[in-house]
Amino acid sequence: MKGMTIIVKTISSWVKVLIFIFGIYIILFGHLTPGGGFAGGVILASSYVLLMLAFGGDFVQKDLPLALDSKLDCLGAIMFVMIAILGSVFSGAFLANFLVDKYGAPLELLSAGTIPLSNIAIGLKVGASLFLVIFSLSICHKGAELDGE
Amino acid sequence: MSIPLPVFIAIPLTTAFVLPMFGAKGKAAATVVANLATLSLLALAIACIGQSGVYEVGKWPIPLGINLVLDGLSSLMLLAIGVVAAGAMLFSAGYMERYTAKSKYLSLFLLMVAGMNGLVLSGDIFNLFVFLEIASLASYALVGFGCGHEELEASFKYMVLGTVASLFVLLAIALVYGNTGVLNMAYISKAVQSSGVNAGLGFALGLFIVGFGLKAALVPFHAWLPDAHPSAPAPISAMLSGVLIKTLGVYALARVVFNVFGVSVEVGWLLIVLGILSMVAGAFLAIGQWDIKRLMAYSSISQIGYVVLGIGLGALLLARGDSLAWASLAIFGGLFHLVNHAVYKSLLFLTSGSVEMSTGTRDLREMGGLAAKLPFTRTACTVASASIVGIPPFSGFWSKLILIIAAVQAHFYWIAAVIVFVSLCTLIMYLKVQRYAFLGELPENLERIEESRGTMRVAMVSLACLCVLMGSLVLVPGLRDAILEPAVKVLTDGVKYSAIAGM
Amino acid sequence: MPYALCFLLFVIGLYCAVVKKNMVKIVLGILIMECAVNLFLVMLGYRHDGVAPIIDRAYYDPGTGQIAAGFINNSVDPLPQALVLTSIVIGLGSLALMISICIRIYEKYGTFDITQIRRLRG
Repeated sequence: MKGMTIIVKTISSWVKVLIFIFGIYIILFGHLTPGGGFAGGVILASSYVLLMLAFGGDFVQKDLPLALDSKLDCLGAIMFVMIAILGSVFSGAFLANFLVDKYGAPLELLSAGTIPLSNIAIGLKVGASLFLVIFSLSICHKGAELDGE
Repeated sequence: MSIPLPVFIAIPLTTAFVLPMFGAKGKAAATVVANLATLSLLALAIACIGQSGVYEVGKWPIPLGINLVLDGLSSLMLLAIGVVAAGAMLFSAGYMERYTAKSKYLSLFLLMVAGMNGLVLSGDIFNLFVFLEIASLASYALVGFGCGHEELEASFKYMVLGTVASLFVLLAIALVYGNTGVLNMAYISKAVQSSGVNAGLGFALGLFIVGFGLKAALVPFHAWLPDAHPSAPAPISAMLSGVLIKTLGVYALARVVFNVFGVSVEVGWLLIVLGILSMVAGAFLAIGQWDIKRLMAYSSISQIGYVVLGIGLGALLLARGDSLAWASLAIFGGLFHLVNHAVYKSLLFLTSGSVEMSTGTRDLREMGGLAAKLPFTRTACTVASASIVGIPPFSGFWSKLILIIAAVQAHFYWIAAVIVFVSLCTLIMYLKVQRYAFLGELPENLERIEESRGTMRVAMVSLACLCVLMGSLVLVPGLRDAILEPAVKVLTDGVKYSAIAGM
Repeated sequence: MPYALCFLLFVIGLYCAVVKKNMVKIVLGILIMECAVNLFLVMLGYRHDGVAPIIDRAYYDPGTGQIAAGFINNSVDPLPQALVLTSIVIGLGSLALMISICIRIYEKYGTFDITQIRRLRG
């Protein structure tokens, strides 16, 4: 996939950082404002899609190889299951909120127990997998074969 | 409750996400881990026999939180899922070497098992929908796994019809929430009992029957099944035909009709009519097929008709207020047939996979005389065929006999006649399979084929032994009271399921 | 009645999924149906003159941990919003799978027309 002109490349390399930070903001404040893990993850994925459109698929392959993306995806899911199992270990029920009322006061950033941790895990997973899907679909129509279904 | 219920969902889910980390070099290790997961699920399902309980996820009390409910029907379905999943996973250790992305296949398989386990355990109707979607999406991807022409076409057709069915179910759930204000199945059942079934809830019930009927491949919603089941790899066909259409379709339908809404005469007649249509149409369409897996797929449609007929007859008898013993017998026949069919249909698909792997073809006209070359496959296929046709002492005979006795007892003689007629058609179609595939002349190009080896043989032989032993589930009273009677009691209790709301 | 419009949207999506011959149009029909059901779910929670169900400092008293009664009486129902969030994620996964199968079918058969992709019959 070819990239675009030099003006688009320069501007999008700055804007990509802003979009990425905005995505992280949406994930971290998920327990206070609307958004949370899924919406923040989609924004993270779209920042990499902007990079792919502006610079071309080969550049992004060097930046974030597909194998690493796959592993990040699995890591996000395993983190979420670990939080659920730790809830069972510490507090007796699966997915129980075992950190609530231990840190911080309500309505502040550091509060609400395991909810921000779950948001981070889901944001990581959704961002990685959505980018993987869009990237695979974009190189698919050129007849390139991937390993897999 | 000694076993925490979320392990049934957590074990396959965690394994499914850990497996891709093994990479390309750890394929053997990945297969071993996946097999350990399914075997441990089977062991846990056996340990859960005879128990019941409610587990609140996250310690939120109901109706604020989601709960998982284990009762007789759920433990029966967990057993069926465990047995078929363990057998199919053992078989796929050898069969899937021909495909390139085996670790992704194992992840998708375990996700499908996690979805099905979650569905039978769920006590909340939206949670049931979420697990329905997880299992369905995994199965759409698995049907098209080989990426050949026919697999992709079958997968697309299956996916469009399956997604439309899921959207009908979601619309029905939205209508139920709008009318009752709660999502927990016990609380909905309480609300429906006090307010009665008004127009909105009646429409929702109709949408549920259409949606779950599409998933269960009842005629006239069966169009996707004859294309999807043959095109999938053999262990996936075994899982789809053996447990997926039963869990997503028949179990969900029974749960919604009996426990949440309560039975009525119209719904009972509707289920009986759908069951008879499926039985007859499936049997007639199967006799003319020459593709071995397509014949077995049509036969699946016909056998699911038996199960829905049994459940529908029980619903009608309960709604009319007739003797509880007659209704229990009909539901007992239906549920026993469900479990039997899971075992012997998955065995049939696994043997057809073994035949296809050895000979390279699925067309009955190109095979012949395989009995000498493939002894294990031939024995397994004969045992399974005798079971499905209903020859004593194999398991299929007992479930068909119970259904016929239930129909005669309730003075529905024409239903008993239809059951006997369709059994004769089933005999014809499986005699055709035996004669063309295993007896007769061996063609020259098949002189040098070999029997399948290793885990494939173990899987087929163990499922065949189970076929023979399943008859004891009804004859030995201890096993019958432990495994099948609680399931029947859950359905005949009907809306007493709402007693959970008071717990 | 807004609910009737939701059903109309659902029926339009169903018509597209059933009648059209181009595979991409069938996928779009399913997408329209899914949006119609999500819209119906969100509208179930509406309350006239309601506020968004987010607690902030105006409604929360940090001394006692109480939430103002005005909030509970006035906010719209947050449960359908959580259901719709889940449903949108499921729809996204399903859409990605459908589109990737469409692309693979185009590579194999060379056409998007569903009447010409009929190798399986009988």
